[in-house]
Amino acid sequence: MGRKVISLILAGCMTFSVLLAGCGNKNEAPDSTPQTSTETSTTAAAKPVSIEYWQYFYETKVNLMDELIKEFQGANSNITVVQKHFPYDSYQQKVAAAVSAGSGPDIINLYYGWVPKYVKSGTLQQLPEASFSAEKIESTFAPMVKVNKIDGKYYTVPTAVRTLGLFWNKDIFKANGLDPEKPPKTLEELVEMAKKCTKIENGKLEIEGLTFQPSGQLHSWFRPVLLKQFGQEPISADQKTVQWNASENGYKAFEFLVNLAKVDKVGEKDFFTDDSTAFISGKAALHIDGSYRLGSLKSQAKDLNYGVTVLPSYNGVDTSFGSFWTNGITTNATGDKLDASVKFLEYLTSTEVMKTWTQKIGEIGARTEIANDPELLKDDKLAPFIQQLPIADSYFYVDEDADRKALMDAIDKVLLNNVDPKQALDEATAQVQKLLDEYWGK
Amino acid sequence: MKLSIKGRQSMWAYIFISAPMLFFLCIRIYPALYAFNVSLHKWDLLSKNKPFVFLDNFMDLFHDQVFKASLINTGKYILFAVPIGLALSLGIAMLLNSITKGASVYRMVVFIPYVTSIVAVSWVWRWMFMKQGGLINNVIGLFGISRQPFLDSTSQAIYVVISNIIWQALGFYTIIFLAGLKQVPKTYYEAAMIDGASPWQKFKNITIPLLNPTIVYLSVMATIQTLQVFTQVFNITSGGQGIAGGPLNSTVSVVLYIYQLAFVNYKMGYASAATVILFIIILTISLFQMKVLDKKYDN
Repeated sequence: MGRKVISLILAGCMTFSVLLAGCGNKNEAPDSTPQTSTETSTTAAAKPVSIEYWQYFYETKVNLMDELIKEFQGANSNITVVQKHFPYDSYQQKVAAAVSAGSGPDIINLYYGWVPKYVKSGTLQQLPEASFSAEKIESTFAPMVKVNKIDGKYYTVPTAVRTLGLFWNKDIFKANGLDPEKPPKTLEELVEMAKKCTKIENGKLEIEGLTFQPSGQLHSWFRPVLLKQFGQEPISADQKTVQWNASENGYKAFEFLVNLAKVDKVGEKDFFTDDSTAFISGKAALHIDGSYRLGSLKSQAKDLNYGVTVLPSYNGVDTSFGSFWTNGITTNATGDKLDASVKFLEYLTSTEVMKTWTQKIGEIGARTEIANDPELLKDDKLAPFIQQLPIADSYFYVDEDADRKALMDAIDKVLLNNVDPKQALDEATAQVQKLLDEYWGK
Repeated sequence: MKLSIKGRQSMWAYIFISAPMLFFLCIRIYPALYAFNVSLHKWDLLSKNKPFVFLDNFMDLFHDQVFKASLINTGKYILFAVPIGLALSLGIAMLLNSITKGASVYRMVVFIPYVTSIVAVSWVWRWMFMKQGGLINNVIGLFGISRQPFLDSTSQAIYVVISNIIWQALGFYTIIFLAGLKQVPKTYYEAAMIDGASPWQKFKNITIPLLNPTIVYLSVMATIQTLQVFTQVFNITSGGQGIAGGPLNSTVSVVLYIYQLAFVNYKMGYASAATVILFIIILTISLFQMKVLDKKYDN
C-alpha cells in the first residue's frame, strides 16, 4: 500500500511539472531559426560585444550579408554580428512578437512602408546625429529616402533601393509591326503600342498589351507616378493629408488608369495568374515592375527577348516610384551595443558595400553617386533603373496593406460594379485619410 | 489511509484525467478567457503600452463596414451550405442505404472528399473556376455559354466557395446519416407498407422523426463549422499579395477578418473583440438549434 501511495504522489508530481513546463517558458527564445554567425577571435584592445541583425530570407541577400559580416568583423575584431533570418511571410509576425516581448535584434531590416508603424510603437531609435545627421542623409542619399523622415528625424537608412521601370517584349513588338528597339517614351505612345500588341480571340484575351494587376506594381505606378504626371501631388508635404482627389487632375489620373482595362482593354486582372507571370511566360507585351524582377527573369525566362527602359513620361514629367528595405537600430541597442550597431550600419551604407550589393542583388545602391557609376551603368538592363535614382519618389504609407487595399477596391468597384470612377476614388481617399488620421492621433 | 476498491479505482481515474484536464485548462480555457480581457484593451502587438479602452473596440466594430460584410457573408455561407449540404447528403445516404452490392465502394467514394486536404482542394477549385483557361469556363464554353468571371465577380465568388464547402463536407454528413438510417428498425417500414403508405409518407413520418437526433447533431455541427469557415475562403479567393476575401470583400468571413486584423494588422484587441462577438453568435445559434430542433416525437 505504501509503495502505491508513493508512486501515486510521484505520478501526480510528474504530471503537474510537465504541465507547468508546458505553460511557462516565456523567457525562452521564441524559436530556433537558422543562425549564421562567424566567431572571430576577440582582442584585448576593446571589450567584446555581440549584436544581432535581422532580415527576411532572400537567399542572395542572406549569403551576401554573411560575407559582409565576415569582412566587417575582420576590421572590427571585438564585434560579433549574428545574422538571423525568417521567411518573408512570417517576418513581420516574428519581429512584432519579439519586440513586444522585449527581445529581438539590435539592427533590423524593414520595408520602408513599415517604418512609421515601428517608429510610433517606439521600437526604433533615432539615428545618432554624429554619424547620420539629417543633412548628411539628404545630401548623400537618393531623394526618395526623405519619405521616412518623421517629425524631422531619421530612424532608418537603406543600403539599396529599387525603382520602377518598363519591361517590353521585343518579339511581341516585332510580330505586331513595331520596332523592337523602340519602346514607348510617353504615356500616349504606351497606350497606342499596348493596343497594337493586345490580342483577343473570341472574346478571350490571348496576349496582354500592358499588364494590369492592381495588387502588383500597378498601385505604385498610380501613386506617386501617374498622379504627379497628371499634376497632382499624392500627399501633402507634412504627410498628413491624402490628395489623390484634391483636383480634377487626380480624377483624370485615376480614370486613365482604370480605362486601360475598361475602355482600352489592353490588360486584365489576374491574367495568367498575375502580371509578372504573364510577362515571364511571354503573354504580355509591356509590363511595369521593379529592378528586383530582373533576377527572376534571368532564372525563369532564359529565352525571353526583352528590354527595359525608364517609365514613360507625360506632360513633360519624368518620374518613377522608389521603394526600399531599410536598416534601423532598435531600442534594444544601448551602450556598447549601440556603438557597435552604429559602426555596422555605417559599414552597410558605405559606397563600397552598395556597389557590391548592386552587382550581386540587383537592387541599386542608395547613394546618389551610384547613379553616375560608369561601371554599374554598363549593364543595359540595370541602367534604366539606376538612371531614375535621382528622379524617383517614394510614397508615404502608414499601413501599406490597407493603403493598397483601398486602391485595389477602388479599381474593382469601377471594373466590376460600374461605379463612377470619381466616387470610387473619393471613397478610397477617405479610407486612407482615416488611416493617416489614426496614425497622427487626430 | 484505507480506500475501498471502488474509491481507489476512481482515484486513479481522477489522477489520469487530471493530466488532460490541466492541459486543456492551460492551452484552451485560459487563452480563451484571456481573449475577453484583450478585447477590452487597445492591444497593438507592436506598441509597448496597451491601454484599457473598455467597449471602444466593440463600438468600432459596429461601424466597421468590412466586419458587417463578413457577418453577412458568413450568414450566406450558413444559409446555403448547411441546408443544401444536409439535404444532398441525406439523399445520398438513403440511396446508399438501399443498395447492398458494392455498398462499401460507394461509401468510400462519397467519403473521400472529406479526407482530402482542404488547402489542396481549394486550390483545385481556384484553378477550375479561373476566368482565363479555367476548366469550368472551357466546359460551359462548349455549350455556347459566355465566359463567366466567377472568382473575379462580387456576386459569383461566394457561391464558388460555398460549392467547395458543400462538396467537402458531404462525405462526413452522409456517413453520419447512414449510421442514423441503419438504426431505424425495418419493421416500421414493413408496417407502413402493409398500411399502404407512399414513399413520401414513409419518409416524412418514419425516416425524418426517427432521424431527428442525427439531424440535430449534424445541423449544429455544420453550422458551427461553417461559422468558422476560413481555409476555403483564404485559399480560393486570396488576391495577389496575401489579401484574401474576394473582390471588394465579397467572400470575407468573420474568422478570416479576425485573422487579418490580428495577424496582418496586429490589432489584437480589436480582433479579440470580433472573436467575442463570434463566440456570442455561436453560443446563441447552438442553444437555439438545440431547443428548436430537438423536439421529442411520440409514436
